Amino acid sequence: MTRLTVDIREKRLAGRAVLGPVSFGLDAGEVVALVGPSGCGKSTLLRLVAGLDREVTGTVRWSGEGPRLGVVFQQPRLLPWRTVRQNLDLAGADGAEATRLLERLGLAAKADVWASQLSLGMARRLALARALAVDAQALLLDEPFASLDEGNQRLARAVLAEYLVRRPVPTLLVTHDLAEAVALAHRVLVLSPGPARLLFDQAVPPGVRTDPALAAATVAVLRDLAR
Amino acid sequence: MVGRGRAWLVRALSILVLLLLWEGAGRLAASPLAPPASTVLATLAREVVSGALPHHVGITLARVAASFLLAMVAGTALGLAMGWWRTVDLWLDSALLLLLNLPALVLIVLLYVWFGLTEAAAIAAVALNKLPTTAVTVREGVRALDRDLLEMGRAFRFGRAATLRHVVLPQLQPYLFAATRSGLALIWKIVLVVELLGRSDGVGFQIQVYFQLFDVAHILAYSLAFILIIQIIEWAVFQPLERWATRWKAS
Repeated sequence: MTRLTVDIREKRLAGRAVLGPVSFGLDAGEVVALVGPSGCGKSTLLRLVAGLDREVTGTVRWSGEGPRLGVVFQQPRLLPWRTVRQNLDLAGADGAEATRLLERLGLAAKADVWASQLSLGMARRLALARALAVDAQALLLDEPFASLDEGNQRLARAVLAEYLVRRPVPTLLVTHDLAEAVALAHRVLVLSPGPARLLFDQAVPPGVRTDPALAAATVAVLRDLAR
Repeated sequence: MVGRGRAWLVRALSILVLLLLWEGAGRLAASPLAPPASTVLATLAREVVSGALPHHVGITLARVAASFLLAMVAGTALGLAMGWWRTVDLWLDSALLLLLNLPALVLIVLLYVWFGLTEAAAIAAVALNKLPTTAVTVREGVRALDRDLLEMGRAFRFGRAATLRHVVLPQLQPYLFAATRSGLALIWKIVLVVELLGRSDGVGFQIQVYFQLFDVAHILAYSLAFILIIQIIEWAVFQPLERWATRWKAS
Protein backbone atom coordinates (compact mmCIF):
# COMPACT_ATOMS: atom_id res chain seq x y z
CA MET A 1 0.00 0.00 0.00
CA THR A 2 1.16 3.51 -0.81
CA ARG A 3 2.27 5.69 2.07
CA LEU A 4 3.87 9.10 2.24
CA THR A 5 6.27 10.42 4.86
CA VAL A 6 7.05 14.13 4.93
CA ASP A 7 9.70 15.48 7.27
CA ILE A 8 10.78 18.87 5.97
CA ARG A 9 13.05 21.07 8.03
CA GLU A 10 13.29 23.91 5.55
CA LYS A 11 12.65 24.76 1.92
CA ARG A 12 14.19 27.85 0.36
CA LEU A 13 13.32 29.41 -2.98
CA ALA A 14 15.65 32.10 -4.37
CA GLY A 15 17.35 32.41 -1.00
CA ARG A 16 14.11 32.96 0.91
CA ALA A 17 12.61 30.40 3.28
CA VAL A 18 9.16 29.41 2.00
CA LEU A 19 8.56 26.38 4.21
CA GLY A 20 9.53 25.93 7.84
CA PRO A 21 9.38 22.67 9.76
CA VAL A 22 6.51 20.54 8.42
CA SER A 23 6.16 16.87 9.29
CA PHE A 24 3.27 14.54 8.65
CA GLY A 25 2.43 11.16 7.25
CA LEU A 26 -0.20 10.14 4.75
CA ASP A 27 -1.48 6.61 5.19
CA ALA A 28 -3.02 4.29 2.68
CA GLY A 29 -6.60 5.30 2.04
CA GLU A 30 -6.34 8.50 4.02
CA VAL A 31 -7.52 11.92 2.86
CA VAL A 32 -5.54 14.76 4.40
CA ALA A 33 -6.44 18.40 3.89
CA LEU A 34 -3.73 21.06 3.95
CA VAL A 35 -5.22 24.35 5.06
CA GLY A 36 -3.42 27.65 5.31
CA PRO A 37 -3.54 31.29 4.23
CA SER A 38 -2.79 31.98 0.58
CA GLY A 39 0.90 32.34 -0.19
CA CYS A 40 1.96 30.28 2.82
CA GLY A 41 3.73 27.67 0.73
CA LYS A 42 1.04 25.02 0.25
CA SER A 43 1.68 24.71 -3.46
CA THR A 44 5.44 24.48 -2.88
CA LEU A 45 4.78 21.65 -0.47
CA LEU A 46 2.61 19.90 -3.06
CA ARG A 47 5.35 20.23 -5.70
CA LEU A 48 7.81 18.60 -3.31
CA VAL A 49 5.38 15.77 -2.61
CA ALA A 50 4.79 15.32 -6.35
CA GLY A 51 8.55 14.94 -6.87
CA LEU A 52 8.61 17.93 -9.23
CA ASP A 53 11.08 19.67 -6.94
CA ARG A 54 13.62 17.70 -4.92
CA GLU A 55 15.72 20.48 -3.43
CA VAL A 56 14.76 20.49 0.21
CA THR A 57 16.35 20.16 3.61
CA GLY A 58 14.63 17.12 5.03
CA THR A 59 12.88 14.18 3.46
CA VAL A 60 9.80 13.61 1.33
CA ARG A 61 9.40 9.90 0.74
CA TRP A 62 6.79 7.67 -0.86
CA SER A 63 6.76 4.01 0.01
CA GLY A 64 7.82 1.65 -2.77
CA GLU A 65 8.62 2.73 -6.30
CA GLY A 66 6.96 6.12 -6.19
CA PRO A 67 3.29 5.89 -6.99
CA ARG A 68 1.51 6.88 -10.14
CA LEU A 69 0.02 10.27 -9.23
CA GLY A 70 -3.19 12.00 -10.18
CA VAL A 71 -2.43 15.69 -9.87
CA VAL A 72 -4.66 18.75 -10.05
CA PHE A 73 -2.50 21.87 -10.24
CA GLN A 74 -3.58 25.30 -9.13
CA GLN A 75 -4.05 26.27 -12.79
CA PRO A 76 -5.66 23.71 -15.14
CA ARG A 77 -2.42 23.16 -17.11
CA LEU A 78 -4.09 21.63 -20.14
CA LEU A 79 -2.55 21.34 -23.60
CA PRO A 80 -4.59 23.97 -25.49
CA TRP A 81 -3.52 22.52 -28.87
CA ARG A 82 -5.03 19.12 -28.08
CA THR A 83 -8.68 18.15 -27.71
CA VAL A 84 -10.34 17.46 -24.38
CA ARG A 85 -10.19 13.75 -25.07
CA GLN A 86 -6.54 13.87 -26.16
CA ASN A 87 -5.64 15.72 -22.97
CA LEU A 88 -6.95 12.75 -21.01
CA ASP A 89 -5.40 10.12 -23.29
CA LEU A 90 -1.96 11.73 -23.27
CA ALA A 91 -1.93 11.80 -19.47
CA GLY A 92 -2.46 8.03 -19.56
CA ALA A 93 -6.16 7.95 -18.76
CA ASP A 94 -8.07 4.70 -18.90
CA GLY A 95 -10.46 5.00 -21.86
CA ALA A 96 -13.69 3.86 -20.23
CA GLU A 97 -12.97 5.78 -17.05
CA ALA A 98 -12.24 8.92 -19.06
CA THR A 99 -15.56 8.66 -20.88
CA ARG A 100 -17.41 8.11 -17.62
CA LEU A 101 -15.74 11.08 -15.92
CA LEU A 102 -16.34 13.43 -18.87
CA GLU A 103 -19.99 12.48 -18.72
CA ARG A 104 -20.21 12.82 -14.96
CA LEU A 105 -18.52 16.24 -14.98
CA GLY A 106 -20.69 17.58 -17.80
CA LEU A 107 -17.95 17.59 -20.43
CA ALA A 108 -19.15 14.73 -22.66
CA ALA A 109 -20.28 17.13 -25.41
CA LYS A 110 -16.86 18.80 -25.35
CA ALA A 111 -14.78 15.63 -25.85
CA ASP A 112 -13.62 16.61 -29.34
CA VAL A 113 -13.28 20.33 -28.73
CA TRP A 114 -9.83 21.98 -28.50
CA ALA A 115 -8.91 22.52 -24.87
CA SER A 116 -8.15 26.14 -25.81
CA GLN A 117 -11.86 26.69 -26.27
CA LEU A 118 -12.97 25.65 -22.79
CA SER A 119 -14.10 28.19 -20.24
CA LEU A 120 -12.04 28.33 -17.04
CA GLY A 121 -14.69 26.36 -15.15
CA MET A 122 -14.71 23.60 -17.79
CA ALA A 123 -10.91 23.56 -17.89
CA ARG A 124 -10.81 23.05 -14.13
CA ARG A 125 -13.30 20.20 -14.33
CA LEU A 126 -11.22 18.62 -17.09
CA ALA A 127 -8.11 18.94 -14.91
CA LEU A 128 -9.97 17.06 -12.17
CA ALA A 129 -11.14 14.43 -14.65
CA ARG A 130 -7.54 13.97 -15.80
CA ALA A 131 -6.30 13.37 -12.26
CA LEU A 132 -9.08 10.88 -11.53
CA ALA A 133 -8.88 9.01 -14.86
CA VAL A 134 -5.25 7.91 -14.75
CA ASP A 135 -5.62 5.00 -12.34
CA ALA A 136 -3.62 6.89 -9.74
CA GLN A 137 -2.17 5.31 -6.62
CA ALA A 138 -2.27 8.68 -4.87
CA LEU A 139 -4.02 12.00 -5.49
CA LEU A 140 -2.51 15.47 -5.06
CA LEU A 141 -5.16 18.13 -5.44
CA ASP A 142 -4.31 21.83 -5.30
CA GLU A 143 -7.58 23.69 -4.73
CA PRO A 144 -9.42 21.48 -7.22
CA PHE A 145 -12.75 23.27 -6.77
CA ALA A 146 -11.52 26.86 -7.05
CA SER A 147 -13.21 29.12 -9.61
CA LEU A 148 -16.09 26.71 -10.15
CA ASP A 149 -19.62 28.04 -9.77
CA GLU A 150 -21.63 26.67 -6.86
CA GLY A 151 -23.41 23.94 -8.79
CA ASN A 152 -20.26 22.67 -10.40
CA GLN A 153 -18.40 22.87 -7.11
CA ARG A 154 -21.00 20.56 -5.54
CA LEU A 155 -20.81 18.28 -8.55
CA ALA A 156 -17.01 18.09 -8.53
CA ARG A 157 -16.97 17.42 -4.78
CA ALA A 158 -19.48 14.63 -5.22
CA VAL A 159 -17.43 13.10 -8.04
CA LEU A 160 -14.31 13.15 -5.86
CA ALA A 161 -16.18 11.71 -2.86
CA GLU A 162 -17.57 8.85 -4.99
CA TYR A 163 -14.15 8.19 -6.40
CA LEU A 164 -12.61 7.94 -2.93
CA VAL A 165 -15.28 5.48 -1.84
CA ARG A 166 -14.61 3.26 -4.84
CA ARG A 167 -10.83 3.64 -4.71
CA PRO A 168 -9.55 4.78 -1.35
CA VAL A 169 -6.13 6.10 -2.40
CA PRO A 170 -4.08 8.40 -0.17
CA THR A 171 -5.04 11.95 -1.04
CA LEU A 172 -3.54 15.31 -0.22
CA LEU A 173 -6.05 18.11 -0.69
CA VAL A 174 -4.81 21.69 -0.58
CA THR A 175 -7.50 24.20 0.22
CA HIS A 176 -8.00 27.45 2.06
CA ASP A 177 -11.57 26.53 2.89
CA LEU A 178 -11.87 24.87 6.32
CA ALA A 179 -15.44 23.72 5.68
CA GLU A 180 -14.30 21.95 2.52
CA ALA A 181 -11.43 20.39 4.45
CA VAL A 182 -13.72 19.07 7.18
CA ALA A 183 -16.26 17.81 4.66
CA LEU A 184 -13.76 15.76 2.65
CA ALA A 185 -10.77 14.89 4.80
CA HIS A 186 -9.99 12.44 7.57
CA ARG A 187 -7.38 14.81 8.94
CA VAL A 188 -6.82 18.52 8.68
CA LEU A 189 -3.33 20.02 8.78
CA VAL A 190 -3.26 23.74 9.44
CA LEU A 191 -0.25 25.69 8.26
CA SER A 192 0.91 29.09 9.51
CA PRO A 193 1.42 32.10 7.22
CA GLY A 194 4.63 31.72 5.19
CA PRO A 195 7.21 30.39 5.74
CA ALA A 196 4.66 27.74 6.67
CA ARG A 197 5.07 25.75 9.86
CA LEU A 198 2.70 22.97 10.78
CA LEU A 199 0.44 24.55 13.40
CA PHE A 200 -1.56 21.45 14.18
CA ASP A 201 -2.66 18.13 12.80
CA GLN A 202 -6.28 17.38 13.71
CA ALA A 203 -8.23 14.22 12.96
CA VAL A 204 -11.83 14.79 11.85
CA PRO A 205 -14.05 12.36 13.77
CA PRO A 206 -16.08 10.12 11.43
CA GLY A 207 -19.47 11.45 12.56
CA VAL A 208 -18.67 15.08 11.85
CA ARG A 209 -18.88 14.85 8.08
CA THR A 210 -22.42 13.50 8.10
CA ASP A 211 -23.73 16.04 10.62
CA PRO A 212 -23.85 19.62 9.27
CA ALA A 213 -24.22 21.22 12.73
CA LEU A 214 -21.25 19.30 14.10
CA ALA A 215 -19.24 20.15 11.00
CA ALA A 216 -19.94 23.86 11.43
CA ALA A 217 -18.89 23.68 15.07
CA THR A 218 -15.69 21.85 14.16
CA VAL A 219 -14.87 24.45 11.55
CA ALA A 220 -15.38 27.20 14.12
CA VAL A 221 -13.11 25.48 16.62
CA LEU A 222 -10.40 24.87 14.02
CA ARG A 223 -10.59 28.48 12.92
CA ASP A 224 -10.10 29.68 16.53
CA LEU A 225 -7.17 27.32 16.95
CA ALA A 226 -5.54 28.61 13.77
CA ARG A 227 -5.50 32.20 15.07
CA MET B 1 -11.09 46.59 -42.23
CA VAL B 2 -10.63 45.77 -45.88
CA GLY B 3 -12.63 42.72 -47.01
CA ARG B 4 -10.91 39.63 -48.34
CA GLY B 5 -11.95 40.20 -51.93
CA ARG B 6 -11.04 43.89 -51.75
CA ALA B 7 -7.62 43.03 -50.32
CA TRP B 8 -6.87 40.77 -53.28
CA LEU B 9 -8.00 43.43 -55.71
CA VAL B 10 -5.68 46.02 -54.11
CA ARG B 11 -2.80 43.54 -54.21
CA ALA B 12 -3.37 42.75 -57.90
CA LEU B 13 -3.66 46.45 -58.72
CA SER B 14 -0.39 47.22 -56.92
CA ILE B 15 1.41 44.60 -58.99
CA LEU B 16 -0.14 46.00 -62.16
CA VAL B 17 0.94 49.54 -61.25
CA LEU B 18 4.46 48.28 -60.54
CA LEU B 19 4.61 46.56 -63.93
CA LEU B 20 3.32 49.66 -65.70
CA LEU B 21 5.89 51.89 -63.98
CA TRP B 22 8.62 49.43 -64.94
CA GLU B 23 7.39 49.31 -68.52
CA GLY B 24 7.28 53.12 -68.77
CA ALA B 25 10.72 53.59 -67.21
CA GLY B 26 12.23 50.93 -69.48
CA ARG B 27 10.77 52.53 -72.62
CA LEU B 28 11.98 55.96 -71.52
CA ALA B 29 15.49 54.64 -70.87
CA ALA B 30 15.49 52.88 -74.26
CA SER B 31 18.64 50.95 -73.35
CA PRO B 32 19.30 47.18 -73.44
CA LEU B 33 20.76 47.60 -69.95
CA ALA B 34 17.35 48.64 -68.55
CA PRO B 35 14.78 46.55 -70.44
CA PRO B 36 11.06 47.22 -69.93
CA ALA B 37 8.78 44.64 -68.35
CA SER B 38 7.47 43.40 -71.69
CA THR B 39 10.98 42.50 -72.91
CA VAL B 40 11.82 40.68 -69.68
CA LEU B 41 8.52 38.74 -69.73
CA ALA B 42 9.06 37.80 -73.37
CA THR B 43 12.58 36.59 -72.53
CA LEU B 44 11.15 34.63 -69.61
CA ALA B 45 8.61 32.96 -71.89
CA ARG B 46 11.28 32.06 -74.46
CA GLU B 47 13.52 30.55 -71.79
CA VAL B 48 10.63 28.51 -70.42
CA VAL B 49 9.73 27.18 -73.86
CA SER B 50 13.36 26.33 -74.69
CA GLY B 51 13.57 24.32 -71.49
CA ALA B 52 16.67 26.13 -70.24
CA LEU B 53 14.90 27.96 -67.45
CA PRO B 54 13.02 24.93 -66.03
CA HIS B 55 16.28 22.97 -66.09
CA HIS B 56 18.34 25.55 -64.19
CA VAL B 57 15.54 26.56 -61.83
CA GLY B 58 14.95 22.89 -61.04
CA ILE B 59 18.58 22.37 -60.15
CA THR B 60 18.68 25.48 -57.98
CA LEU B 61 15.46 24.45 -56.24
CA ALA B 62 16.93 21.04 -55.47
CA ARG B 63 19.97 22.72 -53.89
CA VAL B 64 17.74 25.09 -51.95
CA ALA B 65 15.67 22.15 -50.69
CA ALA B 66 18.71 20.07 -49.67
CA SER B 67 20.52 22.84 -47.82
CA PHE B 68 17.29 24.15 -46.30
CA LEU B 69 16.38 20.73 -44.93
CA LEU B 70 19.88 20.19 -43.60
CA ALA B 71 20.00 23.62 -41.93
CA MET B 72 16.52 23.29 -40.42
CA VAL B 73 17.00 19.80 -39.00
CA ALA B 74 20.50 20.38 -37.64
CA GLY B 75 19.69 23.91 -36.48
CA THR B 76 16.53 22.80 -34.70
CA ALA B 77 18.33 19.93 -32.97
CA LEU B 78 21.14 22.26 -31.92
CA GLY B 79 18.72 24.94 -30.73
CA LEU B 80 16.74 22.38 -28.71
CA ALA B 81 19.88 21.05 -27.05
CA MET B 82 21.25 24.52 -26.33
CA GLY B 83 17.98 25.79 -24.94
CA TRP B 84 17.47 22.69 -22.83
CA TRP B 85 20.93 22.08 -21.36
CA ARG B 86 22.90 25.07 -20.12
CA THR B 87 26.21 23.20 -20.44
CA VAL B 88 25.61 22.52 -24.13
CA ASP B 89 24.74 26.17 -24.58
CA LEU B 90 27.95 27.32 -22.90
CA TRP B 91 30.04 24.93 -25.00
CA LEU B 92 28.52 25.84 -28.34
CA ASP B 93 27.59 29.48 -27.91
CA SER B 94 30.96 30.92 -29.00
CA ALA B 95 31.19 28.67 -32.04
CA LEU B 96 27.67 29.68 -32.99
CA LEU B 97 28.52 33.36 -32.62
CA LEU B 98 31.54 32.87 -34.84
CA LEU B 99 29.47 31.16 -37.50
CA LEU B 100 26.73 33.78 -37.17
CA ASN B 101 29.14 36.62 -37.88
CA LEU B 102 31.24 34.89 -40.54
CA PRO B 103 30.34 36.41 -43.93
CA ALA B 104 28.55 33.96 -46.21
CA LEU B 105 31.12 34.56 -48.91
CA VAL B 106 34.05 33.57 -46.66
CA LEU B 107 32.34 30.34 -45.68
CA ILE B 108 31.60 29.46 -49.32
CA VAL B 109 35.16 30.20 -50.46
CA LEU B 110 36.66 28.20 -47.59
CA LEU B 111 34.51 25.15 -48.24
CA TYR B 112 35.29 25.26 -51.97
CA VAL B 113 39.01 25.55 -51.20
CA TRP B 114 38.95 22.69 -48.71
CA PHE B 115 36.57 20.29 -50.43
CA GLY B 116 36.79 21.32 -54.06
CA LEU B 117 34.06 22.69 -56.33
CA THR B 118 31.67 19.86 -55.42
CA GLU B 119 27.95 19.59 -54.89
CA ALA B 120 28.47 18.55 -51.25
CA ALA B 121 30.66 21.57 -50.53
CA ALA B 122 28.09 23.87 -52.15
CA ILE B 123 25.18 22.50 -50.13
CA ALA B 124 27.19 22.38 -46.89
CA ALA B 125 28.26 26.00 -47.36
CA VAL B 126 24.65 27.15 -47.73
CA ALA B 127 23.41 25.01 -44.84
CA LEU B 128 26.16 26.29 -42.54
CA ASN B 129 25.16 29.84 -43.36
CA LYS B 130 21.60 29.26 -42.28
CA LEU B 131 22.21 26.88 -39.36
CA PRO B 132 23.20 29.42 -36.69
CA THR B 133 20.12 31.64 -37.11
CA THR B 134 17.86 28.59 -36.94
CA ALA B 135 19.63 27.38 -33.80
CA VAL B 136 19.40 30.80 -32.15
CA THR B 137 15.70 31.16 -33.00
CA VAL B 138 14.83 27.69 -31.70
CA ARG B 139 16.91 28.27 -28.56
CA GLU B 140 14.85 31.39 -27.87
CA GLY B 141 11.73 29.26 -28.29
CA VAL B 142 12.97 26.63 -25.86
CA ARG B 143 13.81 29.30 -23.30
CA ALA B 144 10.27 30.63 -23.59
CA LEU B 145 8.66 27.21 -23.02
CA ASP B 146 5.90 27.08 -20.42
CA ARG B 147 7.52 25.46 -17.35
CA ASP B 148 4.11 24.67 -15.87
CA LEU B 149 3.14 22.51 -18.82
CA LEU B 150 6.48 20.69 -18.76
CA GLU B 151 5.89 20.00 -15.08
CA MET B 152 2.43 18.68 -15.85
CA GLY B 153 3.99 16.33 -18.40
CA ARG B 154 6.43 15.08 -15.78
CA ALA B 155 3.72 14.58 -13.18
CA PHE B 156 1.67 12.47 -15.60
CA ARG B 157 4.77 10.66 -16.91
CA PHE B 158 4.49 11.67 -20.54
CA GLY B 159 7.94 10.36 -21.40
CA ARG B 160 10.48 12.01 -23.69
CA ALA B 161 8.89 11.41 -27.08
CA ALA B 162 5.37 12.46 -26.06
CA THR B 163 6.69 15.53 -24.24
CA LEU B 164 8.59 16.61 -27.33
CA ARG B 165 5.68 15.98 -29.66
CA HIS B 166 2.73 17.19 -27.60
CA VAL B 167 4.19 19.72 -25.18
CA VAL B 168 7.37 21.18 -26.68
CA LEU B 169 6.89 21.27 -30.47
CA PRO B 170 3.47 22.96 -30.42
CA GLN B 171 5.04 25.76 -28.38
CA LEU B 172 8.01 26.01 -30.74
CA GLN B 173 5.77 26.19 -33.79
CA PRO B 174 5.86 30.02 -34.18
CA TYR B 175 9.64 29.98 -33.82
CA LEU B 176 10.00 27.18 -36.35
CA PHE B 177 7.83 29.03 -38.83
CA ALA B 178 9.84 32.20 -38.34
CA ALA B 179 13.06 30.26 -38.94
CA THR B 180 11.54 28.58 -42.00
CA ARG B 181 10.41 31.80 -43.61
CA SER B 182 13.57 33.79 -43.03
CA GLY B 183 15.54 30.66 -43.92
CA LEU B 184 14.01 30.20 -47.33
CA ALA B 185 14.49 33.87 -48.18
CA LEU B 186 18.13 33.74 -47.10
CA ILE B 187 19.01 30.35 -48.55
CA TRP B 188 17.97 30.88 -52.14
CA LYS B 189 20.04 34.05 -52.26
CA ILE B 190 23.11 32.25 -50.93
CA VAL B 191 22.55 29.30 -53.27
CA LEU B 192 22.82 31.74 -56.18
CA VAL B 193 26.20 32.96 -54.90
CA VAL B 194 27.41 29.39 -54.43
CA GLU B 195 26.37 28.54 -57.99
CA LEU B 196 27.98 31.66 -59.36
CA LEU B 197 31.28 30.83 -57.69
CA GLY B 198 31.61 27.14 -58.26
CA ARG B 199 28.86 25.29 -60.14
CA SER B 200 28.24 24.91 -63.84
CA ASP B 201 24.45 24.92 -63.70
CA GLY B 202 21.59 26.53 -61.79
CA VAL B 203 20.15 30.02 -61.77
CA GLY B 204 23.30 31.49 -60.22
CA PHE B 205 25.43 30.05 -63.01
CA GLN B 206 23.04 31.42 -65.65
CA ILE B 207 23.19 34.85 -64.08
CA GLN B 208 26.97 34.77 -64.24
CA VAL B 209 26.84 33.83 -67.93
CA TYR B 210 24.43 36.64 -68.76
CA PHE B 211 26.43 39.04 -66.60
CA GLN B 212 29.44 38.42 -68.82
CA LEU B 213 27.21 39.11 -71.84
CA PHE B 214 25.72 42.19 -70.14
CA ASP B 215 22.31 40.67 -70.93
CA VAL B 216 20.12 42.33 -68.30
CA ALA B 217 16.87 40.98 -69.75
CA HIS B 218 17.96 37.40 -69.09
CA ILE B 219 19.28 38.24 -65.62
CA LEU B 220 15.95 39.80 -64.69
CA ALA B 221 13.97 36.95 -66.29
CA TYR B 222 15.75 34.34 -64.17
CA SER B 223 15.41 36.40 -61.00
CA LEU B 224 11.74 37.01 -61.63
CA ALA B 225 11.10 33.32 -62.21
CA PHE B 226 12.71 32.45 -58.90
CA ILE B 227 10.91 35.16 -56.94
CA LEU B 228 7.63 33.82 -58.33
CA ILE B 229 8.45 30.26 -57.32
CA ILE B 230 9.42 31.24 -53.77
CA GLN B 231 6.15 33.18 -53.48
CA ILE B 232 4.20 30.15 -54.74
CA ILE B 233 5.90 27.98 -52.10
CA GLU B 234 4.80 30.51 -49.47
CA TRP B 235 1.19 30.41 -50.70
CA ALA B 236 0.92 26.73 -51.50
CA VAL B 237 2.96 25.22 -48.67
CA PHE B 238 3.77 27.52 -45.77
CA GLN B 239 0.47 29.32 -45.40
CA PRO B 240 -1.70 26.15 -45.45
CA LEU B 241 0.78 24.47 -43.10
CA GLU B 242 0.61 27.37 -40.69
CA ARG B 243 -3.20 27.42 -40.82
CA TRP B 244 -3.16 23.72 -40.00
CA ALA B 245 -0.70 24.12 -37.12
CA THR B 246 -2.68 26.95 -35.54
CA ARG B 247 -6.16 25.54 -36.18
CA TRP B 248 -6.71 25.11 -32.44
CA LYS B 249 -6.55 28.88 -32.01
CA ALA B 250 -9.51 29.58 -34.30
CA SER B 251 -12.74 30.17 -32.43
